[in-house]
Amino acid sequence: MQAVLDDFPAYLEAFGYTVFLFLVSGVISLLIGTVLAAMRVGPVAVLRLVATVYVSLLRNTPLIIVFAFFAFTAPIFGIRFGWLDVSIGPFDFTAFFGAAVVSLSLYTSAFVCEALRSGVNAVPLGQAEAARALGLPFGGVMTQVVLPQAARASIPPLASVQIALLKNTSVAAVFGVGEAVSQMRSFNNDNADQRYTIALAFVIGYVVLVEVVSFFSARLEKRYRVTTA
Amino acid sequence: MTALDKNPDPGATRAPGEPLVVLSGVDKWYGDLHVLQDINLSVRQGEVVVVIGPSGSGKSTLCRTINRLETIDRGSITLEGRPLPQEGKALAQLRAEVGMVFQSFNLFAHKTILENVTLGPTKVRRQPKAEADKRAHELLERVGVAHQAAKYPAQLSGGQQQRVAIARALAMDPKVMLFDEPTSALDPEMISEVLEVMVDLARRGMTMIVVTHEMGFARTAADRVVFMADGAIAEENDPESFFTAPQTPRAQDFLGKILKH
Repeated sequence: MQAVLDDFPAYLEAFGYTVFLFLVSGVISLLIGTVLAAMRVGPVAVLRLVATVYVSLLRNTPLIIVFAFFAFTAPIFGIRFGWLDVSIGPFDFTAFFGAAVVSLSLYTSAFVCEALRSGVNAVPLGQAEAARALGLPFGGVMTQVVLPQAARASIPPLASVQIALLKNTSVAAVFGVGEAVSQMRSFNNDNADQRYTIALAFVIGYVVLVEVVSFFSARLEKRYRVTTA
Repeated sequence: MTALDKNPDPGATRAPGEPLVVLSGVDKWYGDLHVLQDINLSVRQGEVVVVIGPSGSGKSTLCRTINRLETIDRGSITLEGRPLPQEGKALAQLRAEVGMVFQSFNLFAHKTILENVTLGPTKVRRQPKAEADKRAHELLERVGVAHQAAKYPAQLSGGQQQRVAIARALAMDPKVMLFDEPTSALDPEMISEVLEVMVDLARRGMTMIVVTHEMGFARTAADRVVFMADGAIAEENDPESFFTAPQTPRAQDFLGKILKH
């Protein structure tokens, strides 16, 4: 533990990268996942098929292979992230970070899609029928009536997906991003005698972050609860 | 019921308006089940048509084909002479012209009563919010739930919810209103408050197609009764003739069963 406390800024900075990976990928995965869910429940057969294939592909592939694809294979096809070079304070966001965000976002969006779809399925069919009967087009039916209710039903599964994403950011350690697990490894390399306490320090970090996500999820759930009395 | 005087001379038909909804040769199958069989029905402007029949006779399905919540396999349905669009924007526009009231109310659970009524006018008709709110309050007043405007659907009784659903449909100024068993999910003491609103609508000249088991409503408010059995229209008549002298054995049997008690 002493090793971590001695270089606490490095510990915080590493978790800073974890948080950045999580926030950026979280937002992007929610956006893509929402579009995918709309495609999967929509009336256009081609879009349904595309979204279904996407979800099957990404959800059935281990995350580390998605990372490997964007790190090693995608550049062959000209998909590179070398253009990315942003610095915010002590943080440098480079090609590794870009590839990690894309991998995490695409991977997680498949799960977001399914969480939302479970929410859509929880909305009684009559709600969409009533909206259609009013003359709302498909987009209006979704944005005004179905998705707001589906989102509420999806909050618990979405929170689980986002928590999984938060922990999945650790895979980026293998692909050059100096996030928490990567920092843990370098602490371990320099202080082999403190392995257990170093692990404990990083576990605490993850637990705290996940608790924050859970807290916001519970707040959202409360706020969007259907008023019944 | 206050509309007993709607048909002062029960045998007489009303001055015929223009045909508004016309179904001709409509067939529909669910797999092997022939749920609608060669349906021909013409509903005139201002007419109130009540569709009755045993459950499974296809009357709800018939009602739902008119705004294309159910597709048909053969035949045609026209509104003001225009065939129903297949889908997309044109279909949405058609639905905006056709009000629908469901058995299970289907009020938007996440929106207040007021928002339920203003959603269509603001999102489909692009009315300014203030104007839509004003009109919604008038309609809620008319159906007797104005004081509940800020509540959510689940906070209202079934009868109140169904009256809100009627107001929601009326807010679109529909040319015709479809009622798909509007009182079947209601407790007995709430049925009359919904029927009163419907009778009032009928008296104001709204064109209505009503699927119902409420024979009292059919007798007092309907211009015509359509009796369906096994997916086909078995009999059509003015209410008085239908209820006093049904022509087909199916209708006689049906009325015998429901009017006995």
